[in-house]
Amino acid sequence: MVLSTRESAFELGGGLRPPSDASPEEGLRGQSPRSDEDASLGRPSSLWRDAWRRLLRNKLAVAGGVVVILLVMLAVFADVLAPASYTKTNFGRLNEGPTRDYPLGTDQLGRDMLSRMIYGARVSMLVGLGAQVLVVLIGVPIGALAGWAGGRVDTLLTRLIDVMYAFPRLLFVILVMSMLGAGLMNIFIAIGLTGWVGIARQTRAQVLALKHKEFVEGARALGARSGRLLTHHVLPNALSPIVVAITFGIPEAIFTEAALSFIGVGINPPTPSWGQMVGEGQQYLRSSWHLCVVPSIAIAITMLSFTFLGDGVRDALDPKLK
Amino acid sequence: MVHFAVSRVLWLLPTLLAMALVTFVVMHATPGSPLDPVAEGANPLSPEAQQNLARHYGLDRPLHEQFAIFVGNALQGDFGNSFVYRTRTVREILAETFPVSLLLGSMALAVAVAGGLALGILAAVYQNRAWDYVSVTLATAGVAVPNFVLGVFFIILFSFVIPLFPTGGWDSPRNWVLPTLTLALAPMGIIARFTRASMLEVIRADYTRTARAKGLAEGPVIFRHALKNALIPVVTLLGPMFAAIGTGSFFVESIFRVPGMGRFFVLSMTGRDYPMIMAVVLTYGAFLAIMNLVVDLAYGALDPRIRL
Repeated sequence: MVLSTRESAFELGGGLRPPSDASPEEGLRGQSPRSDEDASLGRPSSLWRDAWRRLLRNKLAVAGGVVVILLVMLAVFADVLAPASYTKTNFGRLNEGPTRDYPLGTDQLGRDMLSRMIYGARVSMLVGLGAQVLVVLIGVPIGALAGWAGGRVDTLLTRLIDVMYAFPRLLFVILVMSMLGAGLMNIFIAIGLTGWVGIARQTRAQVLALKHKEFVEGARALGARSGRLLTHHVLPNALSPIVVAITFGIPEAIFTEAALSFIGVGINPPTPSWGQMVGEGQQYLRSSWHLCVVPSIAIAITMLSFTFLGDGVRDALDPKLK
Repeated sequence: MVHFAVSRVLWLLPTLLAMALVTFVVMHATPGSPLDPVAEGANPLSPEAQQNLARHYGLDRPLHEQFAIFVGNALQGDFGNSFVYRTRTVREILAETFPVSLLLGSMALAVAVAGGLALGILAAVYQNRAWDYVSVTLATAGVAVPNFVLGVFFIILFSFVIPLFPTGGWDSPRNWVLPTLTLALAPMGIIARFTRASMLEVIRADYTRTARAKGLAEGPVIFRHALKNALIPVVTLLGPMFAAIGTGSFFVESIFRVPGMGRFFVLSMTGRDYPMIMAVVLTYGAFLAIMNLVVDLAYGALDPRIRL
């Protein structure tokens, strides 16, 4: 689907003015989503600005977004916000419930749960956002190449994608992790190695759908070379499904890290991770359930916020899918 | 149809072979070996003992030969001895534990399908009313909350606060309830979401309006006319879903101490139990592929518009 041909039309001739009012995508949408504010500014509404406005109208998505921003702040300013070090033990006060000294209690080694939770946010956010960079860097080029080149290259890459798709995903991540060993860097690698498949599929499908559109033909006719056609004309128009895939990839990566740390092949102690805290607290469930429940709630809230935000982004970028 | 089924079954073999190869390469490409001591900080074996063990398990042969031998044996259903549980063959272990995982997975899938369809239909019929919100909330929570987190909540709620069910074990059907529910919630959410979306589309279709116009009661309209058509996209979900339940069951099995296959997941991998790793990966891979095939065939049978 061509959501906006304006950029490409602009690229074409320099002198060619984009038909801002009668551009086909506006007509297709059937309504003019332009608000008064925009008209007064005299700026044409773009796909991204429309989407942004739709996103802001979605209350759940905004709530999710606010929580996500708070979590990111927590992760960035963990050093300032945490009342204690996440490694400092107090063997006189093990497995305590919430007290004045320890607002969220202490864990099985007498460490401050609140501080460990705050530093745990850092791991979750790093993995959630960081792994997506790797996923995009691997997935988009492979998908784009497969779709653009076609022929034998496409067959080969599609076969590769299919085999990777056939792998039970979590199993493969655990396999890679237990071979590489625990650690943040290895989590990035493991998620990157398995997560690119979905985005590659999306990108390939988009490129296939776009590569014979008129605006691409037009640019080709004007003498644009193949590489430039792909990077300047096709990919920018394929962006919105990729953005949606990224937004949904974030909670998935956070889940994967939590799951890996839960079974002990994720983050190395003493660095705290929520999944690891749930896993370790599990043995004390009967006597001190807060060890498990506090990080469990944090994981649930984080996942829900990212999911709401992701739903919002998808609906905003493609209102038809709702 | 027959041609499609046969070619898909034939494709199964190369796919599994490719999976075996990828797993084999990952296994051997990374440092460490099954001959390293399992306990941390233990003294390594003497070189002579290492050599003997390597020869005994065929680990001293070149890699391509090892792979060929593995494939040859695996084709005859022989996956060798487990390196970690030395007295038992991989086949014995799987024969004992796979049925448990399969039972857990099937029950969870049954609950998920029943619950998900009910929630999805209710949500669509009562769009934007209380049922819709209940169903959408449940669906989102089911999708977003990891099952090991759910398991913890369930144990606290239904074992400690209201002591209805035991915290773990697998001896009686009473033990089955919590793990099944924990495992079922995520797929239930997904099914509910898809059913809702697909029902909403169908309810507005012309043939539904025709059914109403000819004076049918709401019940037959929903169940006989709308649901039948709405189910088609939902069916495609079930194949990958079953596989997801299978792999996701590891966490549930470990939380509720279920003696299933999931336990061997991590144990075999961290212990570099090569035969066990290969068997576990291939079992799940084959399972996933077969489920996908079954779903594709069912899809063709359900929807005459689709020619296979």
